[in-house]
Amino acid sequence: MPDVEAFAPQYASIRHRDETAELGMWVFIATEVLLFGGLMLGYIVYRHAYPTAFAAAGRHTDIVIGTANTAILLTSSFLVACAVDAFAAETRKICITLLSGAILLGLIFIVLKGIEYSDEYREHLVPGINFSFEPANADGAQLFFVFYFVATSVHAVHMLVGIGLLAVLARLTYRSPDSRHRAALHSAALYWHFVDVVWIFLFALIYLPGRST
Amino acid sequence: MTRWRPPLPLVAAWLVLLALLATTVTLAYRPLGSFNVVVALAIGTLKAATVAAVFMELRHRGPRTLLFAGAGLFWLGILLWLGTMDFLTRT
Repeated sequence: MPDVEAFAPQYASIRHRDETAELGMWVFIATEVLLFGGLMLGYIVYRHAYPTAFAAAGRHTDIVIGTANTAILLTSSFLVACAVDAFAAETRKICITLLSGAILLGLIFIVLKGIEYSDEYREHLVPGINFSFEPANADGAQLFFVFYFVATSVHAVHMLVGIGLLAVLARLTYRSPDSRHRAALHSAALYWHFVDVVWIFLFALIYLPGRST
Repeated sequence: MTRWRPPLPLVAAWLVLLALLATTVTLAYRPLGSFNVVVALAIGTLKAATVAAVFMELRHRGPRTLLFAGAGLFWLGILLWLGTMDFLTRT
């Protein structure tokens, strides 16, 4: 086994090392929950203050791209969860294929987001650059789109970091599929799933309001 | 290449997530008044719980990992509770 002595002296065993890595990733995710939580608190307060404008602004978002991107991200999470399951020397090619699929879906998500941003620029929905909206709801809609652009771009940066992590781990899996890299892939997978969870809530807050009126 | 099949719980969770996505989009177009946002957030929470339990493997983890995973939600609860208290209760 290549794993003999594969852990630093502060750990009692490989399992101890892997559990520590997992708990560390959960602590990091807790800080991320509060980063996005602060954004969502701002959204709740302003949606409460401008309910009609937030509904009108929500109707201007692209529900087709938003829904497609949600399905894409959920599927990429599924592929990453499968890759963690398939991580072993005998099945490393399958693991790498699954990771490549997840990376490709992540890139498609980013491209669709870019198309959406450029459509919104053309529709004069970018606050501070070219914003114009029906006067009765302009103030509240502008706050909605500030939240929209800040939250989705911070999320997109997380996606890019995640795509980079998955690419590095696909390479490491190819070179040496040992237990250390399995633990690393597991931590990266937790991060990727968390970015998926953030999007689930952004989707509900951004794309769904105002559709029934 | 050794045969590998995706585990059934992962496939089931993926299909459930896509079904929930279709449900939430469909219900968003139904005039439910103030319940629209409740439905959207309830389905969102259900999706997040599915991802956490199955994809993030929390269903196989003991109390220690659940404590670490729950800590973020605990602080988020305080943030949202104290942050919205004034705005949601002021008449």
